[in-house]
Amino acid sequence: MTVLCLVERDAEGPADASLRALAFAARVAAAGQAGPVPVAAVLFGPADQVPGDTLAAHGAVSVHVVEPGHLDGYAPRAWARALAGLAAETGAAVVVAAATDRGNEVMAYLGALTGLPVAANCVQAEPGEDGAYQIVRHRWAGLLLEEARLEGSPALMTVATEAVAPATVAGPGSGALPVHPYAPGLDDDDLRVRATETAGHSSGASLATARVVVGGGRGVGGPDGFAPLEELASLLGGVVGVSRVVTSEGWRPHRQQVGQTGTKITPELYLACGISGAIQHMAGCAGAKHIVVVNTDPAAPILAHADYAVIGDLSEVIPALVAALRERSASA
Amino acid sequence: MEIGVCVKRVPMVGGKIVLTPDEQEVDTRLSGFTISPHEECAVEEAVQITERLGGTVSVITLGPAVAADQLREALALGARRAVLLETDGREWGPIATAAAIVAEVRRHAADGPGYDLLLCGNEAADTGDYQVGIRVACALGWPCVTGIKGLEITETGAGPGARARREYHGGEEMFDFGLPAVVCVKEGINLPRYPSLPGRLRAKRAVIEQHEPQWQGEGLRKRSLRVPATHRRQATVLGTGADAVPALLGVLDEWGVLP
Repeated sequence: MTVLCLVERDAEGPADASLRALAFAARVAAAGQAGPVPVAAVLFGPADQVPGDTLAAHGAVSVHVVEPGHLDGYAPRAWARALAGLAAETGAAVVVAAATDRGNEVMAYLGALTGLPVAANCVQAEPGEDGAYQIVRHRWAGLLLEEARLEGSPALMTVATEAVAPATVAGPGSGALPVHPYAPGLDDDDLRVRATETAGHSSGASLATARVVVGGGRGVGGPDGFAPLEELASLLGGVVGVSRVVTSEGWRPHRQQVGQTGTKITPELYLACGISGAIQHMAGCAGAKHIVVVNTDPAAPILAHADYAVIGDLSEVIPALVAALRERSASA
Repeated sequence: MEIGVCVKRVPMVGGKIVLTPDEQEVDTRLSGFTISPHEECAVEEAVQITERLGGTVSVITLGPAVAADQLREALALGARRAVLLETDGREWGPIATAAAIVAEVRRHAADGPGYDLLLCGNEAADTGDYQVGIRVACALGWPCVTGIKGLEITETGAGPGARARREYHGGEEMFDFGLPAVVCVKEGINLPRYPSLPGRLRAKRAVIEQHEPQWQGEGLRKRSLRVPATHRRQATVLGTGADAVPALLGVLDEWGVLP
């Protein structure tokens, strides 16, 4: 019996979302009906690049790795085929992945290939006596929680990572993680869809993982109003995010949208400027630790979801804040 | 190009979601219904493709009889054929929903040209299951990609194909595959148009094809819904205009978010 957790990688190592999924997997594994069960990470890529220390520190006790000789790059159905094979081989009780584009896609393929149900965007799961799991999952991108019963062996879940923090575990956690190479049996159908990564990877912080996000909404006034927000974000070591109206007006590209149909963010600070706080936007920023609002309207709905507010015009408040930050860094 | 677009009738939620007293549904007495946002973009994408390459857009929904309203919304945007897979109002899970769509795809292929491309939204706004398109594709033996924000129809040596793009770690990843295929798109792939007056009139008169698929239970079963507790209360106002900046800096400093 194991809990398998798909771990995606980015340039720096295991993706932040996958560390959150590992924290979820460790909690599910610890709650096993017949006592705790081990968590095994599943990675795709060269075995000598497995970030063993980080995975061990986050609760994995072993790693299964599918090397490029067997499967090179991302092919969603092939990844699902490998997970299905590993689940059978290890007698996995649960298979989890972060609810990222790839995680959702691979788990949906795994559900389709095995005929098993998949519970997407889980935040909690506890095994019941009959082998089914009592789960809590997001609906409406987290605006609602659903309590549900999930059957299936293994139980397949994706994790709403904006609602589950990464967690390190006490224990050995020092490079001694056993790494098991795995060769999945693949057919042509499994390889019909494969990703080609293209150029344009930004070196800066991504919206999903930024520590500070400066948000801009209708109150910014138009495409020209974002330069001061960009400047502020850069002084705070963060990035700019925008509300849905800003992308549907074409003021900023859709990839900057924070919300149910955009990106879900988990910064330390979300500074929401000229954003009224439609429910679809709040679904994207509920994972922020602190929210500060700058808005002309003291009755804007977003104030009901924020820690602090400054009432005033952006064209006055933002340059003043930028000047104060510059002064502060000059005197430091 | 024969394109089917799958859409879902979902409650239109504005400032707040309210549940029914039995905690089973969203209370929709004071709100309307709409198509999930990703699917509005799927309809637009299909219409744009047929405007360039010719062909027909069929819009398909699974839902109660009143879901015909959402089919007519899509017809007003340029879809030419509408199929209602009528339910008795029960919530259908992704496995049963996929089976009903597969049956429609097979029926359409048996009756005529069949679909070259099936577009879905990446996930429904309400249930957010992220899997109907992939389950449909696997049952049909078609390729499927999800999270797509760019789509081109291409010609391969072996017939028509598609190139799809999605965002990945600040860049993008690209997929090339043959048709027929299922593509699950996200908002941002295009800016959906507003319905035209002739479109509205055509939608009003259109005949909707109806079928009644069989409900089936599945291994993920809802018990209840609840609104999550929030740790936040009404914001404390630090002040007005630029005068509030020192107080704001003090708060940011206390939180340790200043560089």
